[in-house]
Amino acid sequence: MIGPEDVPYLPRGVRVHRDRVRDAWVLLAPERAITLDAIGHAILSEIDGARSFGEITAALAAKYNAPAEDIAKDSAGFLGALQDRRFLEVMP
Amino acid sequence: MTIRPPIAMLAELTHRCPLSCPYCSNPLELARQAQELDTETWVSVFRQAADLGVLQLHLSGGEPASRRDLVELVRAAREVGLYTNLITSGIGLSERRLQELDAAGLDHIQLSLQGTDAAMADEIGGYAGGFKRKMQVAEWIGAIGFPLTLNAVLHRRNLHQLPRAIEMAEDMGARRIEVATVQFHGWALKNRNALMPTREQAREADAIVREARIRLKGRLVIDYVPADYHSDYPKRCMGGWGTTGLNVTPEGKVLPCHAAESIPHLVFDNVKDASLHQIWYEGAAFQAYRGTDWMQEPCKSCERKTVDFGGCRCQAMAIVGDANATDPVCIKSPHHAALQAQTEAHATAEGSELVYRAAPGKTVPEPVE
Repeated sequence: MIGPEDVPYLPRGVRVHRDRVRDAWVLLAPERAITLDAIGHAILSEIDGARSFGEITAALAAKYNAPAEDIAKDSAGFLGALQDRRFLEVMP
Repeated sequence: MTIRPPIAMLAELTHRCPLSCPYCSNPLELARQAQELDTETWVSVFRQAADLGVLQLHLSGGEPASRRDLVELVRAAREVGLYTNLITSGIGLSERRLQELDAAGLDHIQLSLQGTDAAMADEIGGYAGGFKRKMQVAEWIGAIGFPLTLNAVLHRRNLHQLPRAIEMAEDMGARRIEVATVQFHGWALKNRNALMPTREQAREADAIVREARIRLKGRLVIDYVPADYHSDYPKRCMGGWGTTGLNVTPEGKVLPCHAAESIPHLVFDNVKDASLHQIWYEGAAFQAYRGTDWMQEPCKSCERKTVDFGGCRCQAMAIVGDANATDPVCIKSPHHAALQAQTEAHATAEGSELVYRAAPGKTVPEPVE
């Protein structure tokens, strides 16, 4: 499970892409295209390989006026699933 | 029914290949170099694909590195926003060419594995020195930092090498391995006696994959294509005919799947005569098996009909002689028992020689009796 100190990043070969035909955001990765909902896109947009997961959830909490705890809980599951597929890495 | 845009396109840039694997998925009638689409046409096809909604482009062949314009094609694909994957044996890729592909924006490489040592790999690929070269290419891929999938094709002769194949993927730094048991289309159909895994091998592979997935979770992703003939239900071929992907042959024919030309009554449109958009939404070959209206019993009333769409049309054609029939892999097919018996006979056939894929323009070799 990703912790507040961890710094997540999208590894080479994984990128967020605007799908103009379906009018949606997608995550492109080897052999996969995952449609992102508004929350998924918001989280991935904050990931820059510099800020920690704690900083990211705090920023999202401020932006969407929601408890940071809830955001952390919801996004950890999403990011964990991406980690299992090697679509997301955490800085060593 | 609503037709949704395709997600993936397989571009078979050429049928030329230094290897001659006896399970090659190319058709028995191979396109010659002179028939191949030129650079400009491929670039136009890539643009049309992106406009149509394709997100993932797989550059394949034959060996795509046999195309001199490969770097240019990758650059063009990236320019129109496609996620660009190169499916290669590695033969024909130098360090310099890989660096050029890197600069052109290639997203991902899928490297095929015919065996885990030179003796096996070079025998199956029919190309002496191929394994050594492939290992060198894998090193360059790692040094440049391309995301890598190792694509291991397994059958009766090399299934015992599966644990080592998984180790090799880890050693190479691959994020993913495709463990693909040979599917019997194209050239593989000619080699069922030599390549059909035994039931024991198929079950052992299931167990090895199950264990490795747990052990390597978060480190190595394992995508698995189990031995089709030993299954109870058919595979959901292409995720449903004409729903997800399309395939363009070296000479520009657009197919709903790579084996579709084995269905003799289908007529395929060519990108030289029609737009990709028109072909996807209106082409007769795409309409032929879309949805469920074409189905016969037992598919028609089956609760799984939108799960696996009756399985593989090409397999129904090849084994039952009717592309509208239930895939004979299915336990509900009246031909299932016969297929099981046939599978057993293939799996225990002794002394079977490999029939290697021919080069484009050469006659198809017949098995030695």
